[in-house]
Amino acid sequence: MRIGISAAGKDLDALLDPRFGRCPYFLIVDTETKEFEAVDNPGSTAGGGAGIKAAQAFLRLEAKELVTGQAGPNAFEVLVEGGVKIYQAPQLKISEVIELYKNGDLKETTPAGRGRGAR
Amino acid sequence: MRQLVVTSGKGGTGKTTVTASFVALAGGLVIADADVEAPNQHLLLHPRVIEKKDYKGAKVAVKDPDKCDQCGKCEEYCRFDAIQELEVDETRCEGCGVCAFVCPTGALRLEEVTIGVTMVSETEYGTFSHALLDIGAEGSGKLVTEVRKNAEKQVQGEPILLIDGSPGIGCPVIASLTGADLALIVTEPSVSGQHDLERIYDVTRHFGVKALVCINKWDLSQEMSEEIEKYCAQEGLCVVGKIPFDPEVVATIKKGLPVKNLLNTRAGTAIADMWQTVEVIFSKNNNWRR
Amino acid sequence: MKLAVLSGKGGTGKTTVAVNLALSLAEKGEKVLFLDTDVEEPNAGLYMKPVLEESLPVTIAQPEIDQGNCDYCGECANFCQFNALAVAEGVVLTFPELCHGCGGCVLVCPKEAIQEGKREIGVIEKGWADSIKFWQGRLNIGEPFAVPVTRYLKNGLADVQEDIVIIDAPAGVSCPVIEAVRDSDFALLVTEPTPFGRHDLELALKMVDHLGIPSGVVINRAGKNNDLISELCQERNVPILLEIEFSKLLASLGSIGIPFSRVLPQWQERFWGIYQSIKEGCPCAS
Repeated sequence: MRIGISAAGKDLDALLDPRFGRCPYFLIVDTETKEFEAVDNPGSTAGGGAGIKAAQAFLRLEAKELVTGQAGPNAFEVLVEGGVKIYQAPQLKISEVIELYKNGDLKETTPAGRGRGAR
Repeated sequence: MRQLVVTSGKGGTGKTTVTASFVALAGGLVIADADVEAPNQHLLLHPRVIEKKDYKGAKVAVKDPDKCDQCGKCEEYCRFDAIQELEVDETRCEGCGVCAFVCPTGALRLEEVTIGVTMVSETEYGTFSHALLDIGAEGSGKLVTEVRKNAEKQVQGEPILLIDGSPGIGCPVIASLTGADLALIVTEPSVSGQHDLERIYDVTRHFGVKALVCINKWDLSQEMSEEIEKYCAQEGLCVVGKIPFDPEVVATIKKGLPVKNLLNTRAGTAIADMWQTVEVIFSKNNNWRR
Repeated sequence: MKLAVLSGKGGTGKTTVAVNLALSLAEKGEKVLFLDTDVEEPNAGLYMKPVLEESLPVTIAQPEIDQGNCDYCGECANFCQFNALAVAEGVVLTFPELCHGCGGCVLVCPKEAIQEGKREIGVIEKGWADSIKFWQGRLNIGEPFAVPVTRYLKNGLADVQEDIVIIDAPAGVSCPVIEAVRDSDFALLVTEPTPFGRHDLELALKMVDHLGIPSGVVINRAGKNNDLISELCQERNVPILLEIEFSKLLASLGSIGIPFSRVLPQWQERFWGIYQSIKEGCPCAS
């Protein structure tokens, strides 16, 4: 399965970044082969609407599942419209997060409430 | 790393003093001041700045006068009256890019501008990340995020990041709360204090951050303090401290004494009691994150 | 004369000063318009208790997508600097609370599939508090943009007959404050004698200098630490126009919503005095 993880760094030793919209990288991982690629998240430098920008960029990566700490409601809406399933995971190493994912220990998340963010 | 945010719905409730006292009590922290619009924590911690960087965070329209043929389309299309007599007024420009789009000669473009400075400093108590937003600049939420990033980079071994949050309920506040493990809301016993407490509590709930409350200067209106405690009881919000009004606090700060001297005041004693409770709740709350 | 009352720091008593000033001037027979531009937290009305007669909606433009004409090319989302649009498979999502209403998406859409609708973000309310004309703006809960409400509120100023306009500005030094204070003839900076008050007064002074507005200072909760403020004022050559001593009486009057100049007439004289010195020292006064 090809999944995306919001990451604080560029490899499997990096920690999961709990903030989807402003995480520096998306790590796109093949959970079977552990092959991965790190993609810059354009939302990390967005003035406002970081979550939306991040989600828009994530859709282009064609990963149908996302593991993150918390996706804001706006990002959530875009991701769900784009057919992405979102799982919540603690702030662990990416390699550990992948294990949790594979063992089915992560739960799918629901929206966090209406967006408010502006500037 | 665990993150504790001290915040308030309203300015002037004393969150900076509470934060500084926690700094002196806990030791071995990384500290961040997320009030980038009117930061005050540095006045207490006496930091030595070791790294200072301009921070680019917003875009504004910039005109190349050589290319402008004065057609006036930019002025016509700008919804923010930010172009007047063909010149860009940066304090009005919202960086939307419409002028650049409509300009037939390519004389206008969006450029990133500096919106403030970020600083990483040393203090007697630990590393301190702070910033100052330029007057009237847009992008305070982004700058808060940067301050937190800088702070998180410094967390090595130190398990706690203590954040002096932004006041209010807007974007910078949200930026200072997201991802935190616990928020301590500092309020004061007045009608507006209670009103603003309710609003900020709403925000913490939205973002799934556990909140505690402390009433500062509680003895200035015992009646309103009781009202606030009643509200908190209804909401299942824990009031972890009541700090008396104490002119000694200002006197201590004014003398520029180290923040541990705050603990010798009457208010400081109350804050120290509160810290014991907060610490316990903070560690119990830590069953999930690292 | 347009007189803005502001403070770099929250909780210094800015509204208290603005309200007492307005009441004192009205008591002396001046025609006063009071403008509460703290649209996120308009609370001057709690003290002035105006009768509001008129309520006008404030709207900004926002995109409405004609999904039939749209081919999901993504140009609009690409152009929008505020990320207020996103294009997923077969749908364009709009995020009104992020939209600044610039109209850019309408301009860039190659299919003309975007129209502009209107979205109410707040209201302007107008009325009277006895002889004082009272206007306030109120931003709807959850709306992030205060500036358009402030701008709309101030647009009406061109036609008013009142000699004195008192503007109660929001706290801080960010865009909504600048919008509120811009074009004022004088800025009254309210602070308190603490190191924080001093620091934030410096920021406020910087802001009014930047806007080219002459200013004076009011020290609220004044007491033995006033030197913190007076030193700075001397350095910057800014006059201290009034000191309001800390007293439990004034504080408790405030907490139950009674402006102290109403019950303590000596304060009326003191606020009248501020106005006189501003008028004398200010080139704007005619």
